[in-house]
Amino acid sequence: MNLFEVRIHGRGGQGVLSAAEMLSVAVFLEGNFAQAIPNFGSERMGAPVRAYCRFSDREIRSREPVIEPNALIIQDATLINQAETFAGISDDAWVLINSSRDLEELGIERYIRNISPARICVVDATGLARKHIGKPIPNAGLLGGFAAITGLLKFESVEQAIMQKFSGPVGKGNVKAALEAYSQLVASAEHASA
Amino acid sequence: MPSQPGKPSQVEGSIAIAHAIAACRPEVICAYPITPQTHIVEALARMARLEQLGNCQYVNVESEFAALSVCIGASASGSRAYTATSSQGLLFMAEAVYNTSGMRLPVVMTIGNRAIGGPINIWNDQSDSMALRDAGWIQLHAENNQEAADLHIQAFRLAEQVNLPVMVCVDGFLLTHAFEQITLTDQEKTDAFLPPFEPIQALNIEEPMSIGAMVGPEAFMEVRYLNASQFDESLEPIQSISEEFAALFGRSSGGLFEHYHSEAAQTVVIALGSVNGTIKDVVDNLRDEGASIGSIKISAYRPFPAAQLREALSQAERVIVVEKSFFSGIGGPLFNDVVRSLENSGIAHYSVIGGLGGRAILKKSLIEIFRNGMEESLEPLSFIDLDQKVITRELLRQRAGSHGK
Repeated sequence: MNLFEVRIHGRGGQGVLSAAEMLSVAVFLEGNFAQAIPNFGSERMGAPVRAYCRFSDREIRSREPVIEPNALIIQDATLINQAETFAGISDDAWVLINSSRDLEELGIERYIRNISPARICVVDATGLARKHIGKPIPNAGLLGGFAAITGLLKFESVEQAIMQKFSGPVGKGNVKAALEAYSQLVASAEHASA
Repeated sequence: MPSQPGKPSQVEGSIAIAHAIAACRPEVICAYPITPQTHIVEALARMARLEQLGNCQYVNVESEFAALSVCIGASASGSRAYTATSSQGLLFMAEAVYNTSGMRLPVVMTIGNRAIGGPINIWNDQSDSMALRDAGWIQLHAENNQEAADLHIQAFRLAEQVNLPVMVCVDGFLLTHAFEQITLTDQEKTDAFLPPFEPIQALNIEEPMSIGAMVGPEAFMEVRYLNASQFDESLEPIQSISEEFAALFGRSSGGLFEHYHSEAAQTVVIALGSVNGTIKDVVDNLRDEGASIGSIKISAYRPFPAAQLREALSQAERVIVVEKSFFSGIGGPLFNDVVRSLENSGIAHYSVIGGLGGRAILKKSLIEIFRNGMEESLEPLSFIDLDQKVITRELLRQRAGSHGK
């Protein structure tokens, strides 16, 4: 596995740091090296927060922030109009956005012109979280979605990582949210390639 | 989080450090929470509450000054004592920091390295432990979280062998809050490596005595002389304990310093802490292009291994010292230590300051600086990604007399 770098954007209270942590655990469970590092501000609910996760089959030594991500996970669609959200992304990067609106409604093409539309995906992870855990915390659904679109992780690894972080009913609810997001995006990927 | 001692786990650095401390069987932990050290002491408080720390007393106090003072009392009474702090917390402790080493008490303290104010800043640099670098504590620096955990086990062994306190310096956020693959501390091996603390003297109410009492002009200079000369003698045990640890645990944590392609390199980069990981990647990139460059990670910063470093650099033509602290008057402290150890060696030396207050140190910036260094076009003192426009504008504003109006 070559070096793969993910940048997660969201707001304080949305579980951005936990998302990076769980992603790193899922990668670790598959036998690869992973590093998750938060980019803290002074923590406040609602303030923009970002976290980095990089993985590789070799030990990861660098501590620099992720500046040229292979994938972006955007936990809060209100951040798409901020220039730094899309900074440094390459033409073949994956972009996963949490929103109940579709790409056209979001007007995303104004911000990223180079990326193939097939690599930009939207999932209503907040809606799924409300449905399955009763709280608007979208991180688990987005991890399920990340596994579906990139094909880099087995769903079982994401599930195990979620259950390590959250036990009992909260863990199970998060796994359900992740599975529903995973299934939706696997289905739409198949639809697109059909 | 399932903990599997002896096996790799994907955990946060602070949690791995807390596990290492627990395996060292401390008898008194006294700390005051401060970012970015908080997760370490919270984890230990949780373990104490769940009675996972044996007879250890976790003492809550009102300040960092009190936290280290409690550790001084505990250590003087013969207990293995631990604390942790960062930034302003360490500065608030300063008086007790000197007392600990002056009384030769083997307290171990984690520093979650963070900038010091003002202006207030919670992010990583190394100004805090640097501000107290000459307080008579041994200072060990970790590159990654495996080293951070492992250095604590060595720190207790070392402290109790040489009767000196030890700071283990761990970059805040970049390490304390990073999740990575870490082998959690194995209890059996730790017990084999670290025997119970046997103090050379301990306060005892049956036989009352004083420690750290008044010493007058007739003997104070001799006390200071002995402090300093015995401090320097701890370089040898740092190295031997590090080798013993590596043999038993199968992992090395640096010793005095660690070479990375530097034995025969013309240009050698020298640094402390987690930036060494980024530097190693950059060294690989430049070597792939044919450059003769390597790096040396200083693991033991105090005492400073000056003679050993000078010998290790005998093939070098130039050194580039990269560091995350910068003080008015002296500049970069690590640079000053390196220059002193290279006196009359003819080796060119460059000081590079970066990462202050959490400013990210990027590979592309390091590559440019190292290339300039190899072409002898680097300034004697340079700053990584300093925004010169902001400085020029502010200076113009001040000269115009409009500052603050």
